[in-house]
Amino acid sequence: MADNKFTGTSSYIATDDLTMAVNAAVTLERPILVKGEPGTGKTQLAIEVASSLGKPLHEWHIKSTTKAQQGLYEYDAVARLRDSQLGDDRVHDIANYIVRGKIWEAFESDEQPVLLIDEIDKADIEFPNDLLRELDRMEFYVYETQQLVTAKHRPIIVITSNNEKELPDAFLRRCFFHYIKFPDKDTMSDIVNVHFPNLKKELLAEALNAFYKVRDVRGLKKKPSTSELLDWIKLLLAEDIPAEALRSDDKRSAIPPLYGALLKNEQDVHLFEQLVFLDRRTNPQ
Amino acid sequence: MLLPFFYMLREGGMKTSITEWLALLEAMKRGLAGQSVDDFYYLARTTLVKDESELDRFDRIFGVYFKGIEDSLSDLFQDIPDEWLRAQAELLLTEEERAQIEAMGGFEELMRALQERLEEQDDRHEGGNKWIGTAGTSPFGAHGFNPEGVRIGQQGSRNRSAVKVWDKREYRNLDDSLELGTRNIKVALRRLRKFAREGAADQLDLDDTIDKTARNAGLLDIRMVPERHNAIKVLLCLDVGGSMDDHVRVCEELFSAARSEFKHLEYFYFHNFIYESMWKDNRRRHSEKTPTLDIAHKYGADYKLIFVGDATMSPYEIVYAGGSVEHWNEEPGAVWIKRLLNTYPKAVWLNPEPRERWDYTPSTKLIRELMGDRMYPLTIAGLDDAIRDLH
Repeated sequence: MADNKFTGTSSYIATDDLTMAVNAAVTLERPILVKGEPGTGKTQLAIEVASSLGKPLHEWHIKSTTKAQQGLYEYDAVARLRDSQLGDDRVHDIANYIVRGKIWEAFESDEQPVLLIDEIDKADIEFPNDLLRELDRMEFYVYETQQLVTAKHRPIIVITSNNEKELPDAFLRRCFFHYIKFPDKDTMSDIVNVHFPNLKKELLAEALNAFYKVRDVRGLKKKPSTSELLDWIKLLLAEDIPAEALRSDDKRSAIPPLYGALLKNEQDVHLFEQLVFLDRRTNPQ
Repeated sequence: MLLPFFYMLREGGMKTSITEWLALLEAMKRGLAGQSVDDFYYLARTTLVKDESELDRFDRIFGVYFKGIEDSLSDLFQDIPDEWLRAQAELLLTEEERAQIEAMGGFEELMRALQERLEEQDDRHEGGNKWIGTAGTSPFGAHGFNPEGVRIGQQGSRNRSAVKVWDKREYRNLDDSLELGTRNIKVALRRLRKFAREGAADQLDLDDTIDKTARNAGLLDIRMVPERHNAIKVLLCLDVGGSMDDHVRVCEELFSAARSEFKHLEYFYFHNFIYESMWKDNRRRHSEKTPTLDIAHKYGADYKLIFVGDATMSPYEIVYAGGSVEHWNEEPGAVWIKRLLNTYPKAVWLNPEPRERWDYTPSTKLIRELMGDRMYPLTIAGLDDAIRDLH
């Protein structure tokens, strides 16, 4: 198992607690539930775990209409009816009309796969309860064909949630839990370095300063997160904005350039502009 | 070996179960925790904590256990823990001591000093004459003697009409019985769902397809129906401010649960009782009011009407014109609620106060009569009954 440890990748910085959580889940073969602010890399985690451990990845994205059954299999009754009309031979075997879901695919995988169940909180409130046995025993029953599907290798299951709905206790007990907290400045500069290796040091320092200042503004509806920061830096580089322009002690340009990438909400932009205006009035140059 | 830690977590209010504990032990057996406390901390956190709101609590318990600090569970909670102030001994003071206490300054002085000490003090205190605790002679704390004493966390006789009860544990009642989480409310509210088919036809109607195919001499005739959606409509009226402040948290939970459960949910706020207008935005309650008549005209009779309020007020506020505490109302509140009840036959009143207390407040009795006894406590069971009533 020694070579089977997740440590982060060349494009993903994982903190110690995150690696521990992932490794514990991998070793004990339990699902891991990942929560955190939007844009802190929850979904990315599953992709990186798969690539770092060299395992195939199955992604199951949940929508508000997704049913637990769809992850297992679906019976295509309409196709069978149609085939019976056309006299197709396939119609005699019901197994021809069973469409496999993502969980089944992962169970059938020849090597241990990584299964991402993305944004589980989007589904109906009973959704997690319908998956308890499947996640626990890693098996399910296909009623149409009287067949028991068991996982060849227990998949590494990464589940993400945005906290839109609370998850039931019975479900939580079966999972390991990790909350990705917002990275501190050091971790953040590591993350930015991974994405923009040639970024000038001063620009990075100034950009981070400005970024954390914006995050500190009270009353923002949606605080900018890591993914917004990365987008913003991309824009700064594309526009070739010098580090000096970001320095906020220059009152005339107290609003960071291209802040549209950081603030995604009209009211936030408005609030921010008002604060800057107030600041300028109280500390005139 | 770590069993004391497990029980400490449970005592500290975490819902760690045996399954989770065994998972942790198994992970340690597999050598995941390595040799360092840091690793163990991360491992324990990922196995035992299931919600980010519990992280902070876990951190503090962990810190206490592993630094070997004893008897400091008290700072686990920012508010004053109950047992800290539990009455341990009753104390009779000598004449001399009484005189000493009376020598302390006036009421204002007392409150200011109390605030200061609450900030300074950080562990349990009993006896003595300065710190806040029980059975002492300090002016602060319960069951002691001080003519100008301030009551803190005293058992029983907590009276709402007392001038000042310095009880920092505002939500103790709710904490103890917080089975009423958002999830529970949602599950209860789900019973109110009534599904109807509307929108695009995208689901196979098997029965109809078989029927039509048979009539079509066996040639397949596929029939589709729209998916079922929740078609329930709810008008939620919430009491805010004043005596409701204690219940804000429960109401917020109800509201956040209700919000995502229904397609049509309209909400309005009122203060104490319903008069000629309500408002949607609490910050602009004085400038942006919606006339109650407009509400009754705009939302059809198929809406279900839910009031949430503690129904605690002076009876004048209900039965007399001009009884409102905030403004001059031309018509009494009772008239307005009758109008609403005439428009919406399906209506209930949810009361966050426990049922036992209802009989002691005349206004609660009055409202119950007005509502035709359709008042329910804001608990899971109460919510269940209320929803059954609405159906």
